[in-house]
Amino acid sequence: MFELSPAEWTAVLLSLRIAIVATICALPFGIAVGWLLARKEFWGKIIVDGIVYLPLVLPPVVTGYLLLISFGRKGPIGAFLADYFGIVLSFRWTGAALSCGVMGFPLLVRPIRLALEAIDRRLEDAASTLGANPLLVFLTITLPLALPGIIAGMVMCFARALGEFGATITFVSNIPGETQTISAAIYTLLQIPGGETPAGRLVVIAIAIALAALIASEWFARRAGMRFQGE
Amino acid sequence: MLAVNAEKRLGTFALAARFQAAGGVTALFGPSGAGKTTIVTMIAGLLAPDRGSIALDDTVLFDAAAGVNVPPYRRRIGCVFQEGRLFPHLSVRQNLDYGRRMSGHPRDTRHFAGIIELLDIGHLLNRRPRMLSGGERQRVAIGRALLMRPRLLLLDEPLASLDAARKHEILPYLVRLRDEAHVPMVYVSHTAAELRQIATNVVRLDAGRVTAIGGVELLD
Repeated sequence: MFELSPAEWTAVLLSLRIAIVATICALPFGIAVGWLLARKEFWGKIIVDGIVYLPLVLPPVVTGYLLLISFGRKGPIGAFLADYFGIVLSFRWTGAALSCGVMGFPLLVRPIRLALEAIDRRLEDAASTLGANPLLVFLTITLPLALPGIIAGMVMCFARALGEFGATITFVSNIPGETQTISAAIYTLLQIPGGETPAGRLVVIAIAIALAALIASEWFARRAGMRFQGE
Repeated sequence: MLAVNAEKRLGTFALAARFQAAGGVTALFGPSGAGKTTIVTMIAGLLAPDRGSIALDDTVLFDAAAGVNVPPYRRRIGCVFQEGRLFPHLSVRQNLDYGRRMSGHPRDTRHFAGIIELLDIGHLLNRRPRMLSGGERQRVAIGRALLMRPRLLLLDEPLASLDAARKHEILPYLVRLRDEAHVPMVYVSHTAAELRQIATNVVRLDAGRVTAIGGVELLD
């Protein structure tokens, strides 16, 4: 009854792989940008702020197109990566991870930034009087205190990456086994006669993954929050 | 010997303080807004004076003219703040151990046990800061500052957030600390009665200026 065909399995596993890689690779950048926006005043901050949130408001197709002209084989960044590092993103699953990471980035940064802004800076001062240099203060005080926000951001980014469609299909197309995610597979199946049943199976899988991610994040956030409340 | 000669302007408030403090407990005494907290914040290295110098024994911590400003994490000056500032994500034991871990010193169980005993906080080690009373929290904060083996201990209104009963609970520990720990202390307070019990010498401040330097008789 509910049995996935090998092609459907491929799409599910590929989606998970793309979403996980996108979230993990975006995380260090998300923490860095969140920290910059929360803690530093600099000229052009409002522009950086705007660029970070741009993927949230731009039509995804536009973001995908911008990725294509900059990260495609003939694009400036894409050509550089291919020539010097042998990294090709266009029409590969790695490119899908890039577009998913870009689309999820605003959702990743926002909770991290809010968490960093909420931290009592005087705790960091106290840590520095106890002999912790700025890097140690960041690692032992700032990051652990921001952990609930970091988890929330990762879940949002992961969910966005899992559901990403427009930017990905524009940038890396819809190649089964390489760039065809659950969303793209559902879309393809709905274009052909008799595709509703396999599409329905993928829809159920998508709902299950999304629910599991939400429950996991709730659990993590509660655990992280509990550490501040006491035993 | 602590030698402070510092000027700082913060908005409309101007501070110009000059005093020296030998061993024992030096009280910085004056009404709120006199600049007491500004002074200890500068001694700790969390705020740079505009002009002047701060030296502890033969170490120059700050000298505007020479461009010296030792960062707080290299000063080895322990701080006890009014609100305790315990790290909420760490247990009491981890809070106490934080200074030693950050400076990479080996574990010293005898020193640890001695401080725990002095402050009577052995039964709190596995708790989180949230689960402590105000008095317990301040005792842990004092222990945390002592366990980093400070060359100087700064106490900024350490009892101000406590009610009268809790104050009387902590004061005897501070007196023991003065008599047994042999760490020079700078103690900020606006309460003469509290300082009378603990201070050995007094620097009186008003509106950003030192108005008198002397013994506990200045508290009357």
